[in-house]
Amino acid sequence: MKSIGVLMTCPMHKYLEQQLETHFNLFKLWHCNSSITEFLKTHQGNTIRAVVGDTNIGVDAELIASFPNLEIVASYSVGLDKIDLRKCEEKGIRVANTPDVLTDDVADLAIGLILGVLRRICASDVYVRIGKWKDADFGLATKFSGKSVGIVGLGRIGTAIAKRAEAFGCSISYFSRSQKPFANYKFYSNIIDLATSCQILIVACALTEETRHIIDREVIDALGPKGILINIGRGAHVDETELVSALLEGRLGGAGLDVYENEPEVPEELLGLGNVVLQPHVGSDTVETSDAMADLVISNLKAHFSNKPLLTPVI
Amino acid sequence: MGVNNTDSDKTQEEEQQDLPKVVLFRPPPAFSLIGEESFASNKFHFLKTYDSQLPLDQFLSTHSHSIKAILSSAGAPVNADILQLLPEVGLVVTTSAGLNHVDIPECRRRGIKIANAGHVYSDDVADLAVGLLIDILRKVSASDRYVRQGLWADKGNYPHGSKCITTPFLANETKQLQQILDIKLDGLGGKRTGIVGLGNIGYEVAKRLEAFGCVVSYNSRKKKPYVSYPFYHNVCELAANCDALIICCGLSDETRHMINKPVLSALGKEGFIVNIGRGDIIDEKEMVSCLMRGEIAGAGLDVFENEPNVRKEFFAMDNVVLSPHRAVFTPESLKDLSQLVVGNLEAYLSNKPLLSEYVDNE
Repeated sequence: MKSIGVLMTCPMHKYLEQQLETHFNLFKLWHCNSSITEFLKTHQGNTIRAVVGDTNIGVDAELIASFPNLEIVASYSVGLDKIDLRKCEEKGIRVANTPDVLTDDVADLAIGLILGVLRRICASDVYVRIGKWKDADFGLATKFSGKSVGIVGLGRIGTAIAKRAEAFGCSISYFSRSQKPFANYKFYSNIIDLATSCQILIVACALTEETRHIIDREVIDALGPKGILINIGRGAHVDETELVSALLEGRLGGAGLDVYENEPEVPEELLGLGNVVLQPHVGSDTVETSDAMADLVISNLKAHFSNKPLLTPVI
Repeated sequence: MGVNNTDSDKTQEEEQQDLPKVVLFRPPPAFSLIGEESFASNKFHFLKTYDSQLPLDQFLSTHSHSIKAILSSAGAPVNADILQLLPEVGLVVTTSAGLNHVDIPECRRRGIKIANAGHVYSDDVADLAVGLLIDILRKVSASDRYVRQGLWADKGNYPHGSKCITTPFLANETKQLQQILDIKLDGLGGKRTGIVGLGNIGYEVAKRLEAFGCVVSYNSRKKKPYVSYPFYHNVCELAANCDALIICCGLSDETRHMINKPVLSALGKEGFIVNIGRGDIIDEKEMVSCLMRGEIAGAGLDVFENEPNVRKEFFAMDNVVLSPHRAVFTPESLKDLSQLVVGNLEAYLSNKPLLSEYVDNE
């Protein structure tokens, strides 16, 4: 397999890079300014038989067209929004992702964001560090236990979040494309009704054409001044401009965000707010999970090139 | 002299003066946080020593005949000297769950009942313990600061945090996947968390951690008969077998500096500690050294030895999260507390059973 050309779209994980280098003939797109055109000036397009992309730089139609021998896309992510799935299907290109191994980490962070926002953990940590506790008490935070939680998308991650929130005595409801027969939570077929009924709204669905900006002004207003929004999905799930103005005007109580519309850009207005917690898209970024995701990418590639079934196929 | 109003005011005042008195030596934090009105009752009247110019013993002597109860909070100790001056007191109510500022044996000797905050805080304190644990393992606060300082766009990703939980594989995963991912399936499945003090709060913490796939064990004064978590006789042994210690016990002579150098060494350089009990339970100077030398991995602290003067060494560490002793400061908990305090006082004054009597049986 050492002769098989694999293209990595951007730096994502050192261990993954090393593993790809060990097992395949690895090409790094960022050495060519991340430009396909630049890459093709110095390399033959038909060398590449596999591409490893992530949520940063995925696999679009242009890339697919540039590599006529492309057989498989192994994404270092569970999200597929950066992959032109239709094109892959058309061309018979296999697609694999990294489900399950990151579910718990992302769910853990969702709860961490809720507690960070409601209990003002991050803000009070700053308060102590700058020496303000000596002068005055920090003031009140809001209780999490027993609050109503609404989940947008009850997939693997949504379910894992629900399980955790239940341990805090929260009531769980959800909005999904269809009602889940084995879920013991209240189903809403309309996201506005979900947002109206809950205090903590968590975005945990996949990003598709239907879910782009699913959290818009109407949903935010339904969530209201005592409500908080948690986004561990994709930045594009939320109309970020509306989110920012709602927070600035007090129409929304707070937000915990791991993702943004234009990463790594974060709206400047958020940087000074005490009722938000901002994370740099680290939902799955623990050592153990990153390694597990890397191993899954390698396993899928090896399986494909040994004519064995993919472990986590999408297409 | 005025007619109607003045007469009725005078009567009201007289009525108040007839009411049994509850003495306070300092205003509890809840008074300023949710307002004193939440603690009002027509069955008793508060007498505040801090509003008076008189020296304490004189004030107490003057009013001792009508003071039936003490409303105490941390920082206003109830000791033999105080109780000596208040022979009519039959109840001490505290706004805290902890009772280290109350001389319990002295109260017992005098037949004085004690009521604390009972379980009103357990949820909030447990929530904060879990929040602090997630924060130190996933570096939530540090990453938040990283983003706010504009470092994300510049430097690229923050160094990976330690994984909070490992997934116990679902039963239908293939053997091949297990081998490839090299996960040891020995039934543990998660971070080993050691609860120090499995009282109400410790129990609520354990319940939450289980939902994250953590493996819970504990150390307490005595093994709890109806609890299935593994029990360790001494806290050092618990620390040696854990990835994270959560301090949930009260402060007493036995627990003062219980978390000392041997315990921290046993916890080890990949171990974390969360303290929502009392600062004095940990040898703070030793903990700071351990953190600075990388002998433990991180700490989440709501309490400190010398509040609000937090050791400056903490400020430079991004593997600690500092919380200004506010685990119970939510309007929900404080409202519940106010109802409990009033309920206890009213019950006592009408000879009814207390709502949250402290019984010394742990």
